[in-house]
Amino acid sequence: MQSPTVMDAEEEEVLQVLEVCQTIEEFREVIVTTIEEDSNNSPPVASSGTGTKPSQDDNWGETTTAVTGTSEHSLSQEDIVRITKDLEDSVGLDCRRYFTLTLAVVMGLLVFLTPVAFLVLPHLLWPEKLQSCGTACEGLFISVAFKLLILLLAVWALFFRSPRAGLPRVFVFRALLAVLVLLFVMSYWLFYGVRILDTQDDNYQGIVQYAVSLVDALLFIHYLAIVLLELRQLQPCFSVCVMRSTDGEKRHYNLGQLSIQRAALAVLEHYYCDFPVHNPALLSASKSRAAKHLAGLKVYNVDGEFPAALAEGPGNNAAAGMAHSQSRAMIAAAARRRDTSHNELYYEDAEHERRVRKRKARLVVAVEEAFTHIKRMQEEEQKKTPVDVMDPREAAQAIFPSMARALQKYLRTTKQQHCHSMESIQQHLAFCITNNMTPKAFLESYLSAGPTLQYSRSHWLARQWTLISDASVTSGLSDGCVFQLKCVDFSLVVTTKKIPYIQMSEEYIDPKSHKFVLRLQSETSV
Amino acid sequence: MSNFIPGQPLVAVVQRIEIKKLRQGDNLILGFSIGGGIDQDPGQNPFSDDKADKGIYVTRITPGGPAETADLRMGDKIMQVNGYDMTMMTHDQARKRLTKKNEDIVRLLVTRKSLEEAVKNSMGGYQRQ
Repeated sequence: MQSPTVMDAEEEEVLQVLEVCQTIEEFREVIVTTIEEDSNNSPPVASSGTGTKPSQDDNWGETTTAVTGTSEHSLSQEDIVRITKDLEDSVGLDCRRYFTLTLAVVMGLLVFLTPVAFLVLPHLLWPEKLQSCGTACEGLFISVAFKLLILLLAVWALFFRSPRAGLPRVFVFRALLAVLVLLFVMSYWLFYGVRILDTQDDNYQGIVQYAVSLVDALLFIHYLAIVLLELRQLQPCFSVCVMRSTDGEKRHYNLGQLSIQRAALAVLEHYYCDFPVHNPALLSASKSRAAKHLAGLKVYNVDGEFPAALAEGPGNNAAAGMAHSQSRAMIAAAARRRDTSHNELYYEDAEHERRVRKRKARLVVAVEEAFTHIKRMQEEEQKKTPVDVMDPREAAQAIFPSMARALQKYLRTTKQQHCHSMESIQQHLAFCITNNMTPKAFLESYLSAGPTLQYSRSHWLARQWTLISDASVTSGLSDGCVFQLKCVDFSLVVTTKKIPYIQMSEEYIDPKSHKFVLRLQSETSV
Repeated sequence: MSNFIPGQPLVAVVQRIEIKKLRQGDNLILGFSIGGGIDQDPGQNPFSDDKADKGIYVTRITPGGPAETADLRMGDKIMQVNGYDMTMMTHDQARKRLTKKNEDIVRLLVTRKSLEEAVKNSMGGYQRQ
């Protein structure tokens, strides 16, 4: 909580500022947030020094003004942690990707060159013995060529895509398919080697037909790959509920039969598009309330302390029981205590709501007025009157100052000011002006929190996600399975439910059977 | 019943019928059903001659009930109940008048077409004489 910050915006590095804190003499711009009344507790800055007696008087703690705040050029502790983590991770597991890539390329080359090798080797090794290729045989050459071309295009379409993500474990289906293809090609080579190369078979047509059968089988394996990798998970089978741990935002998605890691990837892609951006400033109020609750009660032991020597056997149970009864007593006392914090919360919320609405009204008026200052100039007018023309960026810069203050105040009130920088606001304004948008359209992205994709790159810092799951991440989704996706600031908890089996029956109603009668006046029996 | 002119006094031949309510469980029932009223559609009434007549008509008689015993017939128009006029009543008001819990007997004045014809025949006979 006590992040040392610099009030004047100089280009000092953060690490240097931290060092400055620790010496005693140079605390001119260093800020301390706690003031201790007790003169026995020396201030933290002074105590972390070299131990020399400070040259100021004993009332230092009471007469120093404490100022807190962050300027635009400061970094908090969180940012430092994040930067160091990023540096560590980017070096990481790229070698694994390159390994799989080279393996795939080698296997692809092997598979493609095998039929060609089957056809060419007899000509190289025993050309004089070989029967000449008749018409049917040459027809088969065309067939081999085109099937290989189709296979090449199909493999390119299915497999040659840049990977979207690095997953913790290998894709089970891909690995199985690779093994299958390898086994298959190996067995063909084995047969070829034993029956054809060794015996130097001279029936060339038979060899060509053998190569054609290999290519056919490879096409069928590719069909199997499509079905296993792409088609199987299209039909929705499970309904997953994704909930963010910090503010409880919840969404539901339908997924097919996927493994847990692939389901996690799908959930993350939806997360970036659907969930409103994570704003830690909105959570500070509930944290302070929780802190107040904890600080309210203290437990004192008036019956004397339990000596540490009784730590074994019955003493242990007694100590544990003591802690248990302490916590029970605290809960009971907290329940009985008359707490008026709900009252404060209610009035605070009402006040905040009112303030937000007032600022919003001022903002809307300011923006509408600002937009009336510029208008689009037509081509013909441009040639006629030599007025000062501006491109969209300059126009945005011209009208921005009149609405800047109202916008800044509104963003401060709704705690969004760190999501939007001046540069991004001006860019957005230029974009809206270019596309003939109304003031309301311009304001819409500031009035409500949009999805994470809408904001600048710095908000995508959480590109490193950790998957936490009981079951193995390559096993499939099942009913009731729960896993977590953790990033630096929060975690997403995902629960799965199976979509039930639906039994539908049919009923036929003859269209001619729709008949109606007028109801006579209401009849009441007395 | 036939010459109904709104705003003008109505002349009709009525029969006095006295029905004693029967106690069935918690309710006192009369044993017939009514239809009509100034808030209902008069064109739907199968019993009235003049399809603009919004009076209260008897639409059904429970066989063996007190109304049947008292000689109330289907198609009768109820003119008065215990002295209260029923010609300008909503359906619900009419029901309430008939089902008052503190009354054991209702005295109705009803009119029907056969009454008028009976009177005409007897008068005609008299006049011929």
